[in-house]
Amino acid sequence: MTPASHLLQQEIPLTWYLLLSAALFSLGVIGFLIKRNLITVFMSIELMLNAVNLSFVTFAHQWHMVKGQIFVFFVMMVAAAEAAVGLAIIIAVFRARTTLAVDRIDLMKL
Amino acid sequence: MTILQFFLWSLLKVAVVTVVMLLGIAYTVLLERKLVGRIQNRWGPSRVGPFGLLQPLVDGAKSFLKEDIIPTAVYRPLYLFAPIIALGCALISIAVVPFGAPDVGPGGLHLFQISDVNIGLLVILGVTSIGVYGIALAGWSSNNKYSLLGSLRSSAQLISYELALGLSLVGVVLRAGSLNLRVIVEGQSSKGILSWNIFGGLQFIAFFIYLMAAYAETNRSPFDLPEAESELTAGYHTEYSSMKFAMFFMAEYANMITVGCVATLLFLGGWTSPFGNLIPLPQNIVIHALLPIFWFVLKVFSFLFLYVWVRGTLPRFRYDQLMNFGWRYLLPLAILNIVGTSLWLAYR
Amino acid sequence: MLHEPSLSLPGFAPALPVCDGTMHLILFVLFAGLCLAGAINLLLQSHPINSALSLIVVMTSLAVLYLLLGAEFLAAAQVIVYAGAIMVLFTFVVMLLNAGREERTLGSRVARAVGFPAVVTILGVLATVILRAQGLGSASLHDGITSTEELSAVLFTKLLLPFEVTSVLILIAILGAVALARHGDGERMDGK
Repeated sequence: MTPASHLLQQEIPLTWYLLLSAALFSLGVIGFLIKRNLITVFMSIELMLNAVNLSFVTFAHQWHMVKGQIFVFFVMMVAAAEAAVGLAIIIAVFRARTTLAVDRIDLMKL
Repeated sequence: MTILQFFLWSLLKVAVVTVVMLLGIAYTVLLERKLVGRIQNRWGPSRVGPFGLLQPLVDGAKSFLKEDIIPTAVYRPLYLFAPIIALGCALISIAVVPFGAPDVGPGGLHLFQISDVNIGLLVILGVTSIGVYGIALAGWSSNNKYSLLGSLRSSAQLISYELALGLSLVGVVLRAGSLNLRVIVEGQSSKGILSWNIFGGLQFIAFFIYLMAAYAETNRSPFDLPEAESELTAGYHTEYSSMKFAMFFMAEYANMITVGCVATLLFLGGWTSPFGNLIPLPQNIVIHALLPIFWFVLKVFSFLFLYVWVRGTLPRFRYDQLMNFGWRYLLPLAILNIVGTSLWLAYR
Repeated sequence: MLHEPSLSLPGFAPALPVCDGTMHLILFVLFAGLCLAGAINLLLQSHPINSALSLIVVMTSLAVLYLLLGAEFLAAAQVIVYAGAIMVLFTFVVMLLNAGREERTLGSRVARAVGFPAVVTILGVLATVILRAQGLGSASLHDGITSTEELSAVLFTKLLLPFEVTSVLILIAILGAVALARHGDGERMDGK
């Protein structure tokens, strides 16, 4: 059996999903490091959360456990709460400093 | 059935449904113009074709031929993309709506439904919630204060009323025990009009909340604040012209039809006959297949008629009134309805 | 080999006899690619609204991947909660603050010195662990789906307490957001 036809009939190994999840997580970390806008930094955090959710769903599928999916559900709820509070903080910061650049929000820096 | 056949059949269904939907949109516009005309004691369009029936075609040709103006200050990529999102999302959600009895065609495919999804109701809600971006991005990318105000109003309105809309559907889902639209309809098919959710299921409060929230979700009068022409010129589509304006226009009517379909499926018994088994179904296979579609279309048409009737009757709300109404009255009422329905289901 | 008798697509109620190996592969490659492209675009775009839109692309493609893994309720929740509510909040804030393009700086020295090697290490470690892991199964479209009933049965019996605590968390978040974002008296003292 040639590798190509093997691929066509075979199921997708869960490794691929986990690798995708790892790649997304790393991209999220990179975004967190290189982005200079408060909102985009916040979006990178959401990206990391999503990446972790994907691996939760993958493992839930692997072990046929519903609890893994419910964990994702909780992560979503926490992300929603986090987004509400985080964006409120961003609005408050913008009102006080009239900028969203993380380099300029440095009053607390030593 | 091979994958190719599956795709071809699905493609055929999608093509037919899209064409019917676009025709439906065109003639809903005509229906609205005619009806509002009659309500305001005038004729409405009557020149093109018999009774003005060809008016939608002429309107379509007109919007194609108009000059397409793109203002210099707009943020181009999103300005061009926004109407596509709006119309796309408005058309996609029809994919899970079952129009007729679950007749199975070749290869186990449903004839009168593009795809039968277990979570059909959630798919519709999800696609509708993506549709917000069309309006929000249109307003922002137009770089015009009227557009921005209109789109901010609209996003806030859509998010607020989505809650009431979602909660009003929970009672129905509780009764049916499923999110599958076909199962929900089949649960209402036993005794005709008496087993419809709105009457037999005692969901008339939910229906009322759904109706109000649906008017707000589709930006229709009396909640048409996002495009309130007396305050905001034309709201989020002020800077749009020609076919791009027409796409927003079509999206609005497509949303109306979808909302009517959902109301029909969830509250008015879907494709089932209002007489139940009182009138025996004819054995002729064509009539057997087409009669449910007739009932479905009739119910959606009545819903659209109500839409236009309300538009012709009620004045526009003020923004604070809209928010008050949504959060202070509709939302608690929806929660009460859920509590009541669950108690009734538990102690029946 | 192309005709396997009764395979069903997740989310489709009747058994659809479709060759699912290719279908799954196509869908996975397509949406995994979209995911990665969206995430990379999130990093490359300099305007926050473009970043937000690419994040929406990532999230909706993830919803499709969830569907492929049989988590249909989560797929819907992903679209409704993440793409339809959280990201609307993000775009709303971007529009409201009219945040312009960001200036590119290379970040702090610490980020460059520690951050990037750390990212590379994390990715390397994760990838090797995943690739070496034995006994990881595979997913196919006829694995069956977790129905909403199964999900809610566990959620409302075994995990009822966490669920209720989450609602308290949401309430706190709402109150916190309102308290933070309103024009309070404390705002004025900031000497804006």
